[in-house]
Amino acid sequence: MIQLNINGRVRSYEDVDPAMPLLWFLRDIANLTGTKYGCGMALCGACTVHLDGQAVRSCVTPVGAVVGKMVSTVEGVGDDKVGHAVQAAWQKLDVVQCGYCQSGQIMSATVLLHTNQNPSDAAIDVAMAGNVCRCGTYMRIRAAIHEAANSLSA
Amino acid sequence: MSDSARDIFIVNESRRRFLEGMGGLALAVYAGVAPAEQNRATLSSGDKKPAEAVNFAPNAFVRIASDNTVTVVSKHLEMGQGTYTGLATLLAEELDADWEQVHVEGAPADVTRYKNSLLGIQATGGSTAMANSFEQMRSAGAAARAMLVAAAAQEWKVSRDSITVERGWLYAKGHKASFGQLAAKAAQQSVPQRVALKDPKDFKLIGKPALHRKDYADKTNGTAVFTQDYKLPDMLVAVAAHPKRFGAVPMKVNAEKARAVPNVVEVVQFSGDRTRFSGIAVLARNTWAARSGRDALEIDWDESQAFKLGSAEILAQYKDMASKAGLVARNEGDTDTAFAAHNVRLIEAEYELPYLAHAPMEPMNCLVQLREGGCEIWNGEQFQTGDQSAIAAMLKVPADRVALHQLYAGGSFGRRANPSSDYLLEAVSIAKAAWDKGVRVPIKLMWTREEDTRGGYYRPAFYHKAKLALDGDGKLVAWQHHVVAQSIIKGTSFESFAIKNGIDGLSVEGLADMAYEVPNLRVELTTPDNIRVPVLSWRSVGHSSNAFVSEVLVDEAAAAARRDPYQYRRDMLRQAPRLKAVLDLAATKAGWERPLKSGAAGEKRGRGIAVHEAFNTCVAQLAEVTVKSDGSFKVDRVVCAVDCGLAINPDVIVAQMQGGIGFGLAAALHGAITLKDGVVEQSNFHEYIPLRINEMPVVDVHIVPSAEKPTGVGETAVPVIAPAVVNALYNATGKRIRKLPIADQLSS
Repeated sequence: MIQLNINGRVRSYEDVDPAMPLLWFLRDIANLTGTKYGCGMALCGACTVHLDGQAVRSCVTPVGAVVGKMVSTVEGVGDDKVGHAVQAAWQKLDVVQCGYCQSGQIMSATVLLHTNQNPSDAAIDVAMAGNVCRCGTYMRIRAAIHEAANSLSA
Repeated sequence: MSDSARDIFIVNESRRRFLEGMGGLALAVYAGVAPAEQNRATLSSGDKKPAEAVNFAPNAFVRIASDNTVTVVSKHLEMGQGTYTGLATLLAEELDADWEQVHVEGAPADVTRYKNSLLGIQATGGSTAMANSFEQMRSAGAAARAMLVAAAAQEWKVSRDSITVERGWLYAKGHKASFGQLAAKAAQQSVPQRVALKDPKDFKLIGKPALHRKDYADKTNGTAVFTQDYKLPDMLVAVAAHPKRFGAVPMKVNAEKARAVPNVVEVVQFSGDRTRFSGIAVLARNTWAARSGRDALEIDWDESQAFKLGSAEILAQYKDMASKAGLVARNEGDTDTAFAAHNVRLIEAEYELPYLAHAPMEPMNCLVQLREGGCEIWNGEQFQTGDQSAIAAMLKVPADRVALHQLYAGGSFGRRANPSSDYLLEAVSIAKAAWDKGVRVPIKLMWTREEDTRGGYYRPAFYHKAKLALDGDGKLVAWQHHVVAQSIIKGTSFESFAIKNGIDGLSVEGLADMAYEVPNLRVELTTPDNIRVPVLSWRSVGHSSNAFVSEVLVDEAAAAARRDPYQYRRDMLRQAPRLKAVLDLAATKAGWERPLKSGAAGEKRGRGIAVHEAFNTCVAQLAEVTVKSDGSFKVDRVVCAVDCGLAINPDVIVAQMQGGIGFGLAAALHGAITLKDGVVEQSNFHEYIPLRINEMPVVDVHIVPSAEKPTGVGETAVPVIAPAVVNALYNATGKRIRKLPIADQLSS
C-alpha cells in the first residue's frame, strides 16, 4: 500500500507497482485524466505535473518516488493563485486548439510564474521549450503568460 | 467504497451517459467531473452539458432544453481547428441565441443526417466544414427560431410579426419568455419547410471577434474528454507489437513473460493486410501493465513479404522515373518549342520532399465494445462513413450496427481520416480476437508515440523535376514540370473520385492548376506503385509539396530575371484578383517597400514572400529571417494575409493561420520520416522533431474583408510558410534550398 498526496488530498492505494510512471497512475488508477500521455520519454511535456511545486514529467517519474511529496495536477492547479491566473489567461485569450498539450503547458507556465513574476519572451521560451504543441499555439501561450503575470501584479 | 473507487464510478458513469446522449441512445445527462476547488468557480464552466431533459429538437442539429441550454450538434470533428465554435456560431446567429447558452456535442455516425455535402460522405476534411455547413446550420437555427416564435405567438395570442428575438429571449408588447420556457410549446409547432436567412448586415455573432471558443474552458481545466481519457467499466487497455517493416507478419511468438506481468489479462494475435499491420496485442487492466507486457513479448517476424527499400533507393527510383515521360496533367502551349527559342534563359531544378508523419499530440487510439451482431466505437472520428462501413465489413454486420461515438481529437492533421481505417480496424480485430478467447469487455487500443511515428500513413515523399524558360525581358514563358509521388487515393474505395485518366489530382494540386499566367505549361505525373510505405492526406495534402516547389521556382525565376519577387508574382496574377489582393495586403502590412532592418554584426537578414490558393482560400505570407554566421537561423516574423470569404470567427481564423504556420514551419525546418532497409528511422520526438516555442515566429494575420461564401482555413496557411522561409533564406544568403527539411543545409 502506498499513500499519496494529490491535489491536497491524501489517499491510500493498494497493489500499486511503485515502478509505474506517475502519469499512468494518475490516469488509470487515480482517474485524473487531465494529465496527458504524449511521448513517454520526457520529450513533449504533455504529462507535466508539479512535485512539491516543481514541474516534472510524470511519464518518467515512478509513482514510488513521489511518496511523501505533494503532487499537483491540472485538476488541482486552480487552487493555487498563480495556477488559477494562468488558467484564466488561457481562457481569456482562447489559447487552445486541440487542447491535448494544454494541461502540460499550463502546469509549466504556473511554475515559471512562481519563479519569475514578470518573464520576458526569452524567459518564456526557455521555460516552455519542453512543452510541445503540434497545433502551434505558441504565440498565444506567450501572450497568455504575460497576461497572467499582469493580472497577478495588478 | 474507498474514495478512489467512488471516483472511478463517478467518472465512468457521467462520461458514459454523456456519450449515450451523443449516440442518440438516451437523453443527454452530463454531470461532468465536478471541480472540487472553490476558486475554480470564478473560471468559466465552459461547455458543460445540459442537465435537463430535452424538450425541443426541431432538426438534427439543435436541441433546446427547458433549462434554457441550446445544444448544437456538430457533424464535424473538433480536432483543434475550431469547428465546434464555427458551427455553433452559424446556428446561434439565426436562432438569435445568447452565445453563453450554446453548447456543442459531436454527432454520431449517420450519413443520412450528417453528410458533408461537399464530400458526399460523413467526414471532416478538405477544409470544408464551414463551406458545406454555412447554409445548413443557419437554416437549422432559423427553423428553430421560427418555431419558438410560433409558440410565443400562440401562447401570447399575438401576431408572429410583433415578436422579436434577442439573445435567447422572445419579446412582444407586455410579454417576455426565454427559449427554455417556450421549448415544450415550440416542439408542438410544425417544422417550417422554408426559412428566410438574415441579411449579413444584421449578423450579431458571425464575423464578431469577441466570441470565445466553445472548448476554451474544458481544455484548460483537464475535463475535456479525448479517446485517451474515455473509460468504460471493466475496460482493458491493449498495447500492440507491430513489425518493424511494413508487410512483415508474426511467425513465432513467446508470450510467457508478457503473461507474467501483473495485471496482464490476455495476449492475442491480430492479422492485418496490405493496408494495416499484423501483430500481437497485450491486454491489461492498465496502460503501464499493457505496455510492460508488450515489451516483454518475444516475437520472430516473417519478413519474406516485407517492404525493404530505404529512402535513398526510393529517391533513386523517383529520379529515374522523372527522366522518362509521365502522364500529362496539364498542357498549355508548347514547352519544347519555347525552350528551343534562341533568346530564352533556362532554369533547371530538382526538388525533394520527405515523408512526413502527422504526429498529433494524442497518439492513435480507439475504444471498442463488441456486442453480438455489432459494436460501439469511441474515437475522435474524422471519417465516419468510411470507418463505419469498414468495421461493419470486418464484423460482417450491417453498417447501422456499428455505432461511432464522437470525442475530441488531440490533433489529427489528416491522420484520423484514413480510407483504410487502419487503427480502428486494428482495434476491432484485437477486440474480436479477445472475444473469441472469451474476453468480452471493452478494449481500448493505445498506440505509443513510437507506434504512431512508425505507423505509416505519411505525407508521400515527392520528387520534382522542373525546367523553366525566361524570355529576354525576364518573363516566365515556359514551365515544364514532372512530379513523382505515391498516390494517397489509389487502391482505396475513393479512387474513382480523385483519379481521372490515371492521374491523381491530389498529387498535382496547386501545380497543374496554378494561377500564374505561363503561356507554355506542361505538368506530368508519375505515380509509383511498387512503394509499399502507406501514405495519406496530411494537412493541405498535395499543396504541402506543390506550393513549396512552385513558389520557390517562381522566386528562382524572379531572381534570374533580377526582378522584385513580389512584383514579379503580381505581374503574373492579373487574372487572379484574390491572390493578388492577399499578396498586396501581406506586402503592404509587412512594409515591403521599406528595406528590412539589418541584424547584429555577423548576422544576415532576409525576407521572402509566397502566395497560394488552396481549398478556395488565398493566403500570402511574408517571412523575415535572421541567419547567423554559423548558418543557424531564426524565422523572426511572418506577416500573413488570408482571403477565406466571409470570416465567420475572425479569431479562429487568426488562430488557424498562426497554428498552420507553426505546423508548416515544423515540417520545413525539421520534418522527415526516412527509411533504411524498410525500417522507419524515427521513433519519438527526439528524432521526429517538432517545432518548439523558441522557434515560433511572431505572426501577424490580416483578413481580407469579404462578403463571399466562407472557404477553408484549417489547412490553408500550412503550404505557404516553407516557400516563404526558403525564399527569405535565399534573400539573406544567396543560397537556394531545394530539399526539405531545411535542417542544417545552410551550415554545410
